Amino acid sequence: MLAVDLPYWAQSLLRVLGGTVAVLLPAGTIVYLFLFKMMSFMQSRLGPMEAGPYGSMQLFAEVGKWLQKEDLAPDGADKRIYRMAPLVVLVSTFLLVAVVPFGPDAYFTNFDAGVFYMLAVSSISTLGILMAGWSSANKYSLLGGLRAAGQLIAYELPMVLAVLGVVIQAGTMNLQQIVVKQNSDSIFGWDGLGNPYILTQFIGFAIFMIAVQAELTQTPFDMPIAESELVSGYMTEYSGFRFLIFFIAEFATAGVFSLIASVLFLGGWGVPFSWFGWDAATGSVDNWMNVAGPIIMITKMMVLSGIIMWVRFSYPRFREDQLQRFAWKVLIPVSLLNIMLTAILKVAF
Amino acid sequence: MVLASDIQVAQNVGFAIIALTMIIAGVGVIAARNVVHAALSLVVVMAGAAANYVLLSAEFVAVTQVLVYIGAVMVLFLFGVMLTRAQVGKDAEVNNKNAVVAAPVALLLFGVLAYVLLKGFSDDKIAATTGNGAKPQDTAAISDLIFKPYLLPFWALSFVLLAAVIGAIVLARKD
Repeated sequence: MLAVDLPYWAQSLLRVLGGTVAVLLPAGTIVYLFLFKMMSFMQSRLGPMEAGPYGSMQLFAEVGKWLQKEDLAPDGADKRIYRMAPLVVLVSTFLLVAVVPFGPDAYFTNFDAGVFYMLAVSSISTLGILMAGWSSANKYSLLGGLRAAGQLIAYELPMVLAVLGVVIQAGTMNLQQIVVKQNSDSIFGWDGLGNPYILTQFIGFAIFMIAVQAELTQTPFDMPIAESELVSGYMTEYSGFRFLIFFIAEFATAGVFSLIASVLFLGGWGVPFSWFGWDAATGSVDNWMNVAGPIIMITKMMVLSGIIMWVRFSYPRFREDQLQRFAWKVLIPVSLLNIMLTAILKVAF
Repeated sequence: MVLASDIQVAQNVGFAIIALTMIIAGVGVIAARNVVHAALSLVVVMAGAAANYVLLSAEFVAVTQVLVYIGAVMVLFLFGVMLTRAQVGKDAEVNNKNAVVAAPVALLLFGVLAYVLLKGFSDDKIAATTGNGAKPQDTAAISDLIFKPYLLPFWALSFVLLAAVIGAIVLARKD
């Protein structure tokens, strides 16, 4: 299928490079476009304007600022675990992007248990947050870490259950095949749009996006880092390079989750196969999709992470009990109902 | 006779690295003077087990290992430990005198498991395909097995877990 035949080491190198780009590029774009500019405009101010045209070089200034700060650790901290914690969170993000397909041949890995893998790996970041909260030897940090863990455990369930609807409808857990399926299916015989699952799984999509918002601890679910009561939660003691890693991981994970949401619900890298007469069964998708696919994916990612940030800037914070009640008493029952409905309709049609 | 072409060098090197990491982390679990350190070492052991499953081309089991043990069990474990009593630094109460009794039990268990595994699987190779042409790592094949011939045991297990959940709620609620 691929025009050039690369040796295994070259493929691996390309994949590592691609993965790094796929993690860092969304993070940088989200921070500049949404955190610096969109938030400023929503608050009737200009945001950073000095560094580069329209402040576009501000990111590099910020990274430089953080890198030259001293790498501090509190005296009573458990130093080894304290230093490891941000890396665990970042590793979770990198593992997560490994499963996202960007084109017919442009993927990092392509395996059957893809959806399952995505859910498993995303839970590793909880471990890093708990480590950070505990090892800082600081009450604010510990409280923040525990709140974060409780929240991530609670919102992981609705996320898993929301994704199950898509898995039932697609009949596969392979993310690549989910994309192919969405673009080659038809809506009651009309195949001009494919069948993006956002139409049939809209409840699942809404629950998934809410759960993502909570997993990322973005406002309105930012109880774990609530700055008015916990200083900065589990990140309180971190400075310099290690804080930068937490910061990158937060926004990179927002980007990766948006990528995954666009794969699961918005048709991923594909365009409806009927437009170009592609055949899903034989996988005869034109090679130029390997270039167009990533661009389509990035566009969808920007829209979805734009929504995540928009909600973040618009809503006030949930209280801790409201937050837990919302997960257990609203999201989980609704997503269970969604699974039942999907299963019944799947058997009926 | 073992032919040179039968030995998969990359897999063996990978296994050696994983096994060594697991052994070091396993010793770390019992030697640690701090509950949280022990728990984090246990995470490494679990991750090593998951990596070994990948080597055995059982990706579904590997992912389950990560989701259930690292993502849920260990997180809850750490959550509980941190919520109740876990100080930074050494904890004198972590190790107790029963270690003397535990050592022979562990050795016995190791011996029995090693004997059974070697006797049962000594020369087995992972089949490239199963009888009906499916790959052994096929997730769909696993789900077909669980929900067809093994449906009843699967249900029974689910009910045991449900009973455990309800029991935990009954025990925890005072009112």
